[in-house]
Amino acid sequence: MTAPPETAERPGPPADKKETRGSSGERGRPSTAAAFLLPASIVLLVLMLYPIGFSVVRSLFDASGSSFVGVDNYIRMFTEPETFKAIRNNVIWVVVAPTVVTALGLIFAVLTERVRWSTAFKLVIFMPMAISFLAAGIIFRLVYEQDPGKGVANAIVVGVHDLFATSSQYPDARPREPQALVPVDHGFETRASVRLGGTVSLPLIGFAPGKMPENATDASPVQGSAGAPDRIEGVVWLDFAKGGGGTPGQIDPNEKGMPGVTVQAIQTGTVIDTTKTGGDGRFTFTDLSPGSYTIRLPASNFAQPFDGVTWLGPDLVTPSIIAAYVWMWAGFAMVLIAAGLSAIPRDALEAARVDGGTEWQVFRRVTMPLLSPVLLVVFVTLVINVLKIFDLVYIMAPGSVQPEANVLALQMWLVSFGGGNDLGLGSALGIFLFVLVLPAMLFNIRRFRREGDR
Amino acid sequence: MMRRALRLTAVMAGVALAAAACGSSGNNEAPESNASPTSTPTGTAGGAALPDLKGQTVEVAAVWTGDEQKNFLKVVKPFEEQTGATIKYTSTGDQIASVLTPRVKGGSPPDVAFLPQPGLMKQFVESKALKPVSNEVSSAVDANYSPVWKDLGTVDGKLYGVWFKASNKSTVWYNVHSFEDAGVQPPKTWDEFIDTAKTLSAAGQQAVSIGGADGWTLTDWFENVYLSQAGPQMYDKLTAHEIKWTDDSVKKALETLAQLWGNPELLAGGTTGALQTDFPTSVTKVFSDPPQAAMVYEGDFVAGVITSSTKAKLGTDAKFFPFPMVGDKPAVVGGGDVAVAFKDNPGAMALLQYLATPQAAEIWVKAGGFTSPNKNVSLDAYPDEISRQIAKALIDAGDSFRFDMSDQAPSAFGGTKGAGMWKDLADFLRNPKDVQGAMNALEADASQAYGN
Repeated sequence: MTAPPETAERPGPPADKKETRGSSGERGRPSTAAAFLLPASIVLLVLMLYPIGFSVVRSLFDASGSSFVGVDNYIRMFTEPETFKAIRNNVIWVVVAPTVVTALGLIFAVLTERVRWSTAFKLVIFMPMAISFLAAGIIFRLVYEQDPGKGVANAIVVGVHDLFATSSQYPDARPREPQALVPVDHGFETRASVRLGGTVSLPLIGFAPGKMPENATDASPVQGSAGAPDRIEGVVWLDFAKGGGGTPGQIDPNEKGMPGVTVQAIQTGTVIDTTKTGGDGRFTFTDLSPGSYTIRLPASNFAQPFDGVTWLGPDLVTPSIIAAYVWMWAGFAMVLIAAGLSAIPRDALEAARVDGGTEWQVFRRVTMPLLSPVLLVVFVTLVINVLKIFDLVYIMAPGSVQPEANVLALQMWLVSFGGGNDLGLGSALGIFLFVLVLPAMLFNIRRFRREGDR
Repeated sequence: MMRRALRLTAVMAGVALAAAACGSSGNNEAPESNASPTSTPTGTAGGAALPDLKGQTVEVAAVWTGDEQKNFLKVVKPFEEQTGATIKYTSTGDQIASVLTPRVKGGSPPDVAFLPQPGLMKQFVESKALKPVSNEVSSAVDANYSPVWKDLGTVDGKLYGVWFKASNKSTVWYNVHSFEDAGVQPPKTWDEFIDTAKTLSAAGQQAVSIGGADGWTLTDWFENVYLSQAGPQMYDKLTAHEIKWTDDSVKKALETLAQLWGNPELLAGGTTGALQTDFPTSVTKVFSDPPQAAMVYEGDFVAGVITSSTKAKLGTDAKFFPFPMVGDKPAVVGGGDVAVAFKDNPGAMALLQYLATPQAAEIWVKAGGFTSPNKNVSLDAYPDEISRQIAKALIDAGDSFRFDMSDQAPSAFGGTKGAGMWKDLADFLRNPKDVQGAMNALEADASQAYGN
């Protein structure tokens, strides 16, 4: 895209303009014109018109290109669910990406206008433009990496999350006997009720012995406390020692108690008493009133550490890729809009300020209308650019979610070269894409022409 | 077999040719005395002599880059010296089909290309782009390969390709320390495998790492289960789409897979984690410190990832066991690269003939990271125990070896990111309860891609 011509013309005083037009007004003979036009038209014909024409013809033939199938490819195109998903995603792209990029570009342009070091600032924002889509795609795959230790996005999200919620001591731990200790609200509760003076042993597994807290000591079986009828005693231990072996459900040598587990005694649904296990995994409820209890290990013991957001999962993949696109193109919008801004006649702004307009009013009523041609050009250019988006999607979407992130250009490539080997259908998709881009192109061309006539 | 190899080597040494490169490890340069081997037709590769090709250029295209490219150039060096031809190597990157198709259409294909999929070879044969090999190549293949490999290079009764590189995709790699910590042994059967995974999970480890973001890893899982459970005959039928994907045997295989895939507790990172993990990460997860998973299934090339991206040492920290048997017999699913000729010229044919010899293969075998399907390649040539075991399993499998199904299918079904089998199995991993839905999707995609 060339910079919009109006930005180049505006700063000049009207006298210059008239002179320029005068000098270019002289016309040569038609034959001279033809001679000058010839090279360009040949290039246009060979590199533009012929391929377009050929694609139209090719789209009417089958995969091998040998038999004529009429509009079958077009019918197939619109009946395949993949194409629908691609069109849906393209619509999201076209609606969201140019709008956000233009808006951000405008904000940056306005903000940097009066900042000192604005060139440096603009340079930094513009820099991603210098990176290829491929490199940007790879960079953002790393940014969106699931593991918070590798992906910046998840590192931030997890960091913020962990400021407000702490993780538990024994994530992933679960009962050895799911029948005896049943899941309740992400915690676990004994199925059988426990009488006063009774004992409970609660074997857990699924936690690495190597990660046990340092104060954990060998677990030992609980003796009955027949002499103390107001008590319930028990032990929570890790029923798995390093190296395996041992009998499931029994405390074997080297199996450690799990210290610091919150244990609740529950009677008819209400928590009567709460305690924590000691270093050997023992816990004791004392001074309980008669009756039978169930013992619960509440969910807080086992809360999973927050693992971040699956940015490139099926739900978020398109927004995530759009964000990468915005990162790349915000600088482009900013530079063009900034050029447009600097071309706005100062006296109009001054006049508005003298008349008592607030900065916001000046921006809304004076700057925006004068800037709107530039904004439109930027927007339409981005629409064209976004319609043919391919590289970012192809690189960033993991294979398992690529169908969810599909766009038309990618679908076109997939069916023609990416394994489908159906150049007929591929051409049809290409023509469809061309038709979609056409209005935006016509709009831009007409704009340029109008600018030229002015 | 051994005697034949010795005889060949002796003859080779006699004319002071490639033997210098193949026989002595580490020295791949031909000796100086071998200054003008190009003046006369020489060489005994596969029995017949290699022609004099002085001044000719043979263009070779393959997916190999980096070390693999270097090793391949080492392999063809003796060929260049023997024949006087120049090899021009072009790397196509991953998308070999997208590079070759336009070149074939444009009438300027490379002389020889290495295709990673028999399905692709078939497509090129059907579009009449490939040339059948000469009699010399054919007899070299007969002498050095077991019949299954010849069949794999044959389309409609004519031999088109020489399988140069093979891979064993029936290997499960595990972290030795994780297994020790949990006190488990490498399992032999599928049931033992699931029990092992459960024990590992009880020991607080993530049992199995799956690279589900890449669809091809999932197709390999399915193929191993299916081949072992339903047997080679059914496997061939399903590969050719002679039976439907809604067949009971497919259902059984998917249900078997669901015993693992349907149990997020056993998967590293759960189902979401598996779907977001690409293949290299699925390996580094197992062999990083601390490990984030205990074992990972994929082919022999996992060894390369372990050496290049982790600190684990093959043979001490990292070992493999054959893919657990689901049925009564072990299954070996594999892959490979087939050398095919796009032009029927002496250079291309001579190169194919040379590639079919054990001498050519042994150069790369010694350099490491390479398994040869050539039965006359000495197992002693493999640089370490692990690669020797991999090669042994592959050669021992003989005719019960089966080629990767997805590689034999039309690439729209078996080789396209985000489509066909890759997509349908990823969807199945996402929702392993829906066996029927997965079968229907697979059948729909298959019938479209196979055109029946």
